[in-house]
Amino acid sequence: MPSKSITVALAGNPNSGKSTIFNNLTGTRQKVGNWPGVTVEKKEGHVTINGYQLTVVDLPGTYSLTAYTIEEIVARNFVLDEKPDVVVDILDASNLERNLYLATQLRELDTKVVFVLNMADLAGQRGAKIDGDKLSELLDVPVVFTVGNRNKGTQDLLRTIISVAEADIELPRTRRVYYGKEIEKAIGELSEFIRDKASGKLPYNIRWIAIKLLEKDRIVKDRILQAVGPEGEMILGEAEKKRERLRGFFDEEPEIVMTDHRYGFVAGIVKEALKMVSRERVDVSRQIDQVLTNRLLGLPIFVFFIWAMFQLTFSLGAYPMNWIDVGVSWLGQTVGGWLPEGILQDLIVDGMIAGVGSVIIFLPNILILFFCIALFEDTGYMARAAFLMDKVMHLIGLHGKSFIPLLMGFGCNAPAIMATRTLESEKDRILTILINPLMSCSARLPVYILLAGTFFGAKAGNAIFSIYALGIVLAILVGRLFRSTILTGRVAPFVMELPPYRAPMCKGLLIHMWDRSKIFLKKMGGVILIGSVVVWFLSAFPQKVEFSRDYETEKATLSKQYQMLIAKAPGQTREGLLREGEKAILALEAQMAKEKVEKSFIGRLGKLLTPVFSPLGMDWRGSVAVLTGFVAKEIVVSTMGVLYAAGADEDEKSEALKSALKRSGMTPLSAYAMMAFVLIYVPCVATVAVIRRETNSWKWTLFSIAYSTCLAWLVAFVIYQGGKLIGLA
Amino acid sequence: MNLSELKEGQTATVVRVGGDGSFRRRLLEMGFLQGTKIYVEKYAPLKDPIELILKGYHVSLRVDEAAWVQVEHVQGKGT
Repeated sequence: MPSKSITVALAGNPNSGKSTIFNNLTGTRQKVGNWPGVTVEKKEGHVTINGYQLTVVDLPGTYSLTAYTIEEIVARNFVLDEKPDVVVDILDASNLERNLYLATQLRELDTKVVFVLNMADLAGQRGAKIDGDKLSELLDVPVVFTVGNRNKGTQDLLRTIISVAEADIELPRTRRVYYGKEIEKAIGELSEFIRDKASGKLPYNIRWIAIKLLEKDRIVKDRILQAVGPEGEMILGEAEKKRERLRGFFDEEPEIVMTDHRYGFVAGIVKEALKMVSRERVDVSRQIDQVLTNRLLGLPIFVFFIWAMFQLTFSLGAYPMNWIDVGVSWLGQTVGGWLPEGILQDLIVDGMIAGVGSVIIFLPNILILFFCIALFEDTGYMARAAFLMDKVMHLIGLHGKSFIPLLMGFGCNAPAIMATRTLESEKDRILTILINPLMSCSARLPVYILLAGTFFGAKAGNAIFSIYALGIVLAILVGRLFRSTILTGRVAPFVMELPPYRAPMCKGLLIHMWDRSKIFLKKMGGVILIGSVVVWFLSAFPQKVEFSRDYETEKATLSKQYQMLIAKAPGQTREGLLREGEKAILALEAQMAKEKVEKSFIGRLGKLLTPVFSPLGMDWRGSVAVLTGFVAKEIVVSTMGVLYAAGADEDEKSEALKSALKRSGMTPLSAYAMMAFVLIYVPCVATVAVIRRETNSWKWTLFSIAYSTCLAWLVAFVIYQGGKLIGLA
Repeated sequence: MNLSELKEGQTATVVRVGGDGSFRRRLLEMGFLQGTKIYVEKYAPLKDPIELILKGYHVSLRVDEAAWVQVEHVQGKGT
């Protein structure tokens, strides 16, 4: 039997159990990506059954199909343009009335629809009995019962999808919303007018177009102008006339009256199909909320959950991070052993393996973090977190849900920015992404520890704390600034459903977690690889450096000298001499390494940038360290180790680096300016790659890089020069 | 009277939703229709937003957004 392909779109309200049904239908054969041009997540999966190839597309969860939010536009456009064979609308049975509102709009689109009554068992417990046959009859579409979290009804649903897709039925024209005499008359006349002017040019249901024009739907207007041409203007003009008349008649916007009628229609259906047997006895979810969003306990419990998430992510994550670290260096050594010494070995070991290794090390953090976030989302706690924190976040012009991504930024900005996917409004998402790097991530801490530890002694803790605080204050200021300039517009209204708590499903959690981690691994791989290779190239080339001294000869002479000394020396001092000799040679090698970096491209670049950095109190070594920090912020420390502390062996290195820094002419003031600079300037390559992916735009990515670097320079300049002015050194 | 003046535990009936087009429409679509009963479940710990129950589900609104919802027939004493 040849296989036939069917496209199925899953629609439904947020929290209707849509993603569970999606997982049940498709199993793990899913593809997660973005809808073209926007940052709304698109999930697609495949099923093969009875010779049919089903492609299931998970539409964004929406309450309606008006064109107000990006999710609604995406969902509606998919149904209009891709013309799926069947649209499956998932209805939360315990919340039938509001869920049916979307259903009435889907029916108007004239596609084949199957309704799924999900979680009817739960509704039953709460005393609601739903008559599926009656519902099916009233709406003229098949109704399937499912219990998503127990995987019940999935086979039934698949069978219904196929039979509806195969049925060659004329779509029933009856049983649709009746908008009242006045509006129906306007719809009828406008439909005639459209048919007259644009017959055949519009691939949509004419009645639907008329309804949308009376509702002043801007996307439908645009489409008509595009598809019909000059006559489109006439259609729009006619629609505007009718709108005016209706507005005069009702003394109200027509779309408001129409919304009322839809709900009236829904109320009629609910009245017939839903029987309340008894009032609910105990509402467990509500009782949980008596504690979790309690006036006194709510915030402390929230703080505890966040603390626990941090602990899990960074303490538990430290173990596998260690293993990966060991594994990466083992791989580096092994591969290095296979390859002949030279440029290729350097490229692969120091460039690629070390570079990608420095990022893949975050994988355990990311897995755990996303597991926690999936847990928050799937249980319904995320909405409560937003409820608790909205007042605070509103100060920056953000939604309560922005709090968690921002907080996660203190751990690592890359997964934190990925966590902004939970935000519905695109502007909120971009703003949260832009200010996220100001939350000082854990990779920057080693830099602060080194600088503050060297220059602030006992007050190091305060200095580091003030840097974190500086980040938060800047985030608030920058957030407010962006909100009032480049990301203007009203803050998204906080009309947020607080869904009943649900026990999470293991499979759902794992899929959720893996999907996001996979994105990190796959997409980051490319950019990070390129970034590391570029920085490696800049620091490894030119290969042949004209050294100011002949190190090799000096080394040879030195070792010969010591050999002679040792040969002459009495037995007991030989060991000491041997060690002394090794030390001297190491010092020489470190001098050589330093000179090599100094003369490499990145060193030259650092020197070239001296005029830029010297007003901040940083010399060329500081500039080079900051440049290499683009790969990962903690690399700033190791670069400084190479550049400043040349000539010390490993054990003494940290102490030697400290004293070398003190000798280098750095002052507490310039150290503090550098800390501030490291806090604010361009985030590491992994974060930049995530920003690119999550904003889906190079424009925003470049903007993020540019604004953060300019701001960093400005702040460091003010600190250093201002400090000098008031007499700090 | 408007919704934001209600206390926890009070119930009222919607008269009209004000505000600009998209906000107003969104609220109507979420069920804030004339004649709908709304119960004030609680205020968040920081006094904003408000948790409401209507049509059998829970929803939250900011206080300044709730101020756009005109209500009448307030019942219950509230706390």
